[in-house]
Amino acid sequence: MSFPWAEHYAPKNPVMKWVDERLPLPRLVYNAVGAGYPVPRNLNYFWNFGVLAGVALTIQLVTGIVLAMHFAANAGVAFDSVEHIMRDVNWGWLLRYAHANGASFFFIIVYIHIFRGLYFGSYKAPREMVWLLGVVIFLLMMATAFMGYVLPWGQMSFWGAQVITGLFAAIPIVGEPIQTWLLGGFAPGNAALNRFFSLHYLLPFVIAGVIVLHIWALHIPGSSNPTGVEVKGPQDTVPFHPYYTAKDGFGLAIFLLIFAAVVFFAPNALGHPDNYIPANPMSTPAHIVPEWYFWPFYAILRAFTMDLAIPFTGIVIIPAKLLGVLAMFASILLLFFLSWIDTSPVRSGNYRPLFKKFFLLLVLDVLVLGYCGGAPAEEPYVMISQIAAAYYFAHFLIILPLICIYEKPSALPGSITEAVLAKSKFKGERDALPGTGSDLQPTGQA
Amino acid sequence: MATEVHGAEAVIEEGEGVRRRDFINVAAVSFAGVGGLAVLGPLITQMSPSADVLAQATTEVDLSAIEAGQAVKAVFRSQPLFVRHLTEKEIAEANAVDPSTLRDPQTLAERTIEGHSQWLVTMGVCTHLGCVPLGAAEGENRGEFGGYFCPCHGSHYDTAARIRKGPAPKNLVVPTYQFTSDTAILVG
Repeated sequence: MSFPWAEHYAPKNPVMKWVDERLPLPRLVYNAVGAGYPVPRNLNYFWNFGVLAGVALTIQLVTGIVLAMHFAANAGVAFDSVEHIMRDVNWGWLLRYAHANGASFFFIIVYIHIFRGLYFGSYKAPREMVWLLGVVIFLLMMATAFMGYVLPWGQMSFWGAQVITGLFAAIPIVGEPIQTWLLGGFAPGNAALNRFFSLHYLLPFVIAGVIVLHIWALHIPGSSNPTGVEVKGPQDTVPFHPYYTAKDGFGLAIFLLIFAAVVFFAPNALGHPDNYIPANPMSTPAHIVPEWYFWPFYAILRAFTMDLAIPFTGIVIIPAKLLGVLAMFASILLLFFLSWIDTSPVRSGNYRPLFKKFFLLLVLDVLVLGYCGGAPAEEPYVMISQIAAAYYFAHFLIILPLICIYEKPSALPGSITEAVLAKSKFKGERDALPGTGSDLQPTGQA
Repeated sequence: MATEVHGAEAVIEEGEGVRRRDFINVAAVSFAGVGGLAVLGPLITQMSPSADVLAQATTEVDLSAIEAGQAVKAVFRSQPLFVRHLTEKEIAEANAVDPSTLRDPQTLAERTIEGHSQWLVTMGVCTHLGCVPLGAAEGENRGEFGGYFCPCHGSHYDTAARIRKGPAPKNLVVPTYQFTSDTAILVG
């Protein structure tokens, strides 16, 4: 499960030794996130985001469990119980704001983590399983976040539940019975709120379980690295602890600083004012949008305004609504096949000149989709999201396979160590050159 | 599982074909499988609408106070229900359209009850993603075709609540209802 030169667990503390002999849990931790896990020595700060995601999940679990002590999952009182948390419960406002913004930050972290994987080819052999489990975690996160947003039972909660379960109604024939079954009624009501609360409490623990599998699968080949060249010997690695515990700790401090700034000074910046209006089944908010982290997918959903029909006959094969739903799910399910779509043997985008350019275009495309998803459903946003949605699919289904055929990758370093030394040698030479070091720059006083 | 056991024991018994143990394996797994499926039933159907939710499945609406040109919102199965008293002009507008040109071809007559064609009763649920369209209350935007307008994604419905423009695939749903008197309907 690890490299042969990994350090072995040798407990000095007699209590730990006693425990380890009877239940090798200390050993497991040591080998997973301690000195027993050798990690490439050249990881950059993009490699912090896995650990940060784990911390974000922990924040959600801890704040969520205590919020559940004060929340009442009943359509009659849910909204009031959230206001009770905000006004009456000791530090309730802090817990709720941390939980609500914690979800946003969890998604920010996971999106960076995903794009890190996309750029550095982390989805390629032998790490396909790590990637597949990651996509599963992402889907579970989306389900959990959606159901959590329904719980305050405000206007956006209610209409979000209506619209999202309405997606299932687009399925021919069985769609409407499925929607009724999911909601436990003909519209979102007490039954829906109650089951969403139950599942919202359950799914984070399922996520935690899949994360264990995700890390387990990761630790078989070990972490990838910015060069994409596999570890070749002990000189290529450093122990996870203390090197990356320290580096991750530094990244974590920065993350908590930004998180605290938002929680304390802009706690509602990422939310919708409409959700402070109690749910009203008789009136839809004028501008109904999901939370920001769903915007790119919402834009794809709304991009389909025309039925797929046989020309000139008017025979509709797939109605527009179903097309949108299928496209939205396909945009995520596509990621399951990525390891086999990208056949280039070079992992890291750093050594793929063509891939690098199109990767940046993809990032831009997703940002454009996100912007359009948050905008009202009118021109020019509809047309822009149609183009951007088409490009999203074209990137994975057309452009990426073509890149794999036509791209000439640049020369890979012989090893991680070689890449690291080349970099530091260059830096050393540059500093040694006269007149270029910062300390030699002429100043105004001279 | 059964084949593994078979493979392991075949050497000892040196015989082919079905053995008593195969039968016991198949019988045991089948029994457990049927039991497991039987447990799934209640676990799945508990999520369907409960008896009290289904009990709200009918609604009575009094029409006597609705003037021509007016509409009211009622509640049917916890969803909005639009009851609209059409004017002569609105009926004429709806009948002037050739149904074959529509996305969901229906005539006004098919969407109302004979003898009561001035009463248009529909669900107030947009067939796109379930928002409540505007147009039932006084002063609300009725869209380009004078019926209903859904602000979520811009679906326009005409005076017979038929989809004319925008992403919605179907006309507003006409629920099952009957006239209990000249001025009252029972929906559901």
